[in-house]
Amino acid sequence: MTNPNNISLNISHALKFIDSHALDIPTLTILGENGEVLEGAAAPDIDKDTAINLYSTMRFIRLLDERMQAAQRQGRVSFYMQCLGEEAAITASAAALKPEDMIMAQYREQAALAYRGFTLEQFMNQLFSNEKDLGKGRQMPVHYGSNELHYLTISSPLGTQIPQATGYAYGQKLKHIDPATGELNSEIDNLTICYFGEGAASEGDFHAGLNMAAVHEAPVLFFARNNGYAISTPADEQFKGDGIASRGVGYGIKTIRVDGGDALAVFAATQAARKMAVENGEPVLIESIAYRLGAHSTSDDPSGYRSKEEEAEFKGNCPIERFKKWLLKQGWLNEQEDEAEKDKIREDILAALKVAEKVQKPALEELVSDVYDQPIPALQKQYEELKEHIKQHPEAYPVTAGRIK
Amino acid sequence: MAKMNMLHAINSALDITMAENNQACIFGEDVGHFGGVFRATSGLQEKYGKHRVFNTPLTEQGILGFANGLAAFGAPALAEIQFADYIFPAFDQIVNESAKFRYRSGNEFDVGNLTIRTPYGGGIAGGLYHSQSPEAYFAHTPGLKLVVPRNPHQAKGLLRACIKDDNPVIFFEPKRLYRASIGEVPEEDYTIEIGKAEVVKEGSDVTLLAWGAQMEIIEQAAEKAQEAGVSCEIIDLRSILPWDVETIAKSVVKTGRLIISHEAPITNGFGAEIAATIQEACFLHLESPIMRVCGLDTPYPLALEKEYVPDALKVFAAIKKSVEF
Repeated sequence: MTNPNNISLNISHALKFIDSHALDIPTLTILGENGEVLEGAAAPDIDKDTAINLYSTMRFIRLLDERMQAAQRQGRVSFYMQCLGEEAAITASAAALKPEDMIMAQYREQAALAYRGFTLEQFMNQLFSNEKDLGKGRQMPVHYGSNELHYLTISSPLGTQIPQATGYAYGQKLKHIDPATGELNSEIDNLTICYFGEGAASEGDFHAGLNMAAVHEAPVLFFARNNGYAISTPADEQFKGDGIASRGVGYGIKTIRVDGGDALAVFAATQAARKMAVENGEPVLIESIAYRLGAHSTSDDPSGYRSKEEEAEFKGNCPIERFKKWLLKQGWLNEQEDEAEKDKIREDILAALKVAEKVQKPALEELVSDVYDQPIPALQKQYEELKEHIKQHPEAYPVTAGRIK
Repeated sequence: MAKMNMLHAINSALDITMAENNQACIFGEDVGHFGGVFRATSGLQEKYGKHRVFNTPLTEQGILGFANGLAAFGAPALAEIQFADYIFPAFDQIVNESAKFRYRSGNEFDVGNLTIRTPYGGGIAGGLYHSQSPEAYFAHTPGLKLVVPRNPHQAKGLLRACIKDDNPVIFFEPKRLYRASIGEVPEEDYTIEIGKAEVVKEGSDVTLLAWGAQMEIIEQAAEKAQEAGVSCEIIDLRSILPWDVETIAKSVVKTGRLIISHEAPITNGFGAEIAATIQEACFLHLESPIMRVCGLDTPYPLALEKEYVPDALKVFAAIKKSVEF
């Protein structure tokens, strides 16, 4: 039987509507509040080194976030965004990937980049937009990127990375397609993970990206960070359906919802999702449920839109502590050493900050480089005119005047 | 050499690209087995497979988002937007993403592998939404290149250059000429340099400047002028971004007069940018004000299309006005 409408061929004679919340989607939780594996749950296959790296990354990001939030308040950096409350969701998902898998993040995922090995110095250079910043001082703080670490440079417009992840993942799959049959002829070696918030999922790019990934069978993991708020807008003013996960079914995408405060659950879900994606050549949607413990950014003050009581309810539920308790139970972590390491990291962060803030800003030529692969004639002319102008008024342009050739 | 219409020439450029790089992909609405609504991709899915030449869902922002990702991966991404009138849902992906990919990442990432093909312009009784010439919107965006061919030979060579260029390029195809314009086109590979205008016919009294389908209109106007004893120099701009100031300025220094013609509405059309730049470069050589013969500041009409378009008669009227100034 042909099926031109591409639907399930299931005829009913009873007039009945499907309920708007027909799916009762569970949230996978493995770790209890005291670091115990919950009854009926199975801890994922995670080795000691991976678990320790995961924990160290979360610990580092929490300390970095605390210090840089304060640095912004001191006026040392213009802007900052914390990962507070979502460290486990981001780090554990990144830990379940291969180092060559592509990461396309939204902006709050610095933990994934840290897990890949982005150095403290590299973080600082970006935050201070100095001449050592890989992004050449062009974007606001936290817009990190690294080709070497397969972490696409952050773009402020929300959701744009979602269909891009589909296209990138399609490229990763191409060489594994048999030209004669159009089918996979080998296991896909690398895929793309795409992070975005529940607010960004309202953008048209979300729909475009997920639908195209499903239709074109792109190996991409869509990781929706449902943290309850898009700046000030709560999730119940963002959508009516059952979270973001309910939409996966609509696109024909395998979907799971996990407790984003539970590093083991996130790791297990991402590990299993990755396996399906590379074996079958298909996208998977993961919805992580956490609470944005901090403000949206340093430009935001949540006291205007949410209660102290609500914040307090979630504050005790620290994803890092929860995972730490599991590590302690495993005998993989020593409490005293952990405290000593924290002190050392705080010192390192402060020292790196003091170095990076003194590194000079990018040279004037970085204003016009990389617009194209080569400057076009009109831009070259503008650049020459600007140089002449600055040479005539060096006192007005102290950042670049002394270095113009 | 073979006789080809513009669609055949475009198809040939795409065919060469697909053959030279087995990662290159062509995608867009109806471009698969059907070969596109104008048939520019005819036969390519059969030749290169459904995994490399495929229909996309009906989502222009998705097509360009996907294209940016695929190009960033390193595969030549040849995206088709069925009509330039429908490019606007993809505006954010083009203007905020494609154009800024390299700059914002400090050259860590780029989408130089991206080429967007899209039919533009009127003359097919397409009304508001199958006739627009939206080049000026994109000309305001550093990071993009914009190219428009005037005939089959130019189309193949320029499209190949766009594909090889290491920057995102929008290739606007004059759909009125798809089948109407026929000419000799080499079957082998060749490129025509982006960013260079071409003096199509030399003249001494007035410089006429256009691009794409508007070229044949200014050529007709130049013939009328010739009969009236006015010698026109005809230039095809070919690339709108970057554009060839030098060639235009050199011509205007010689003729002292410039008339720019485009189908898009006059206000803030690309002709305004040309006029501003050339008056600065050629101020003391000008014998008359730079003039623009363009579409009216209305949406593209249907029943009154003939009245709306900057036809040869309107261009000729401007030529007379310019020489009699």
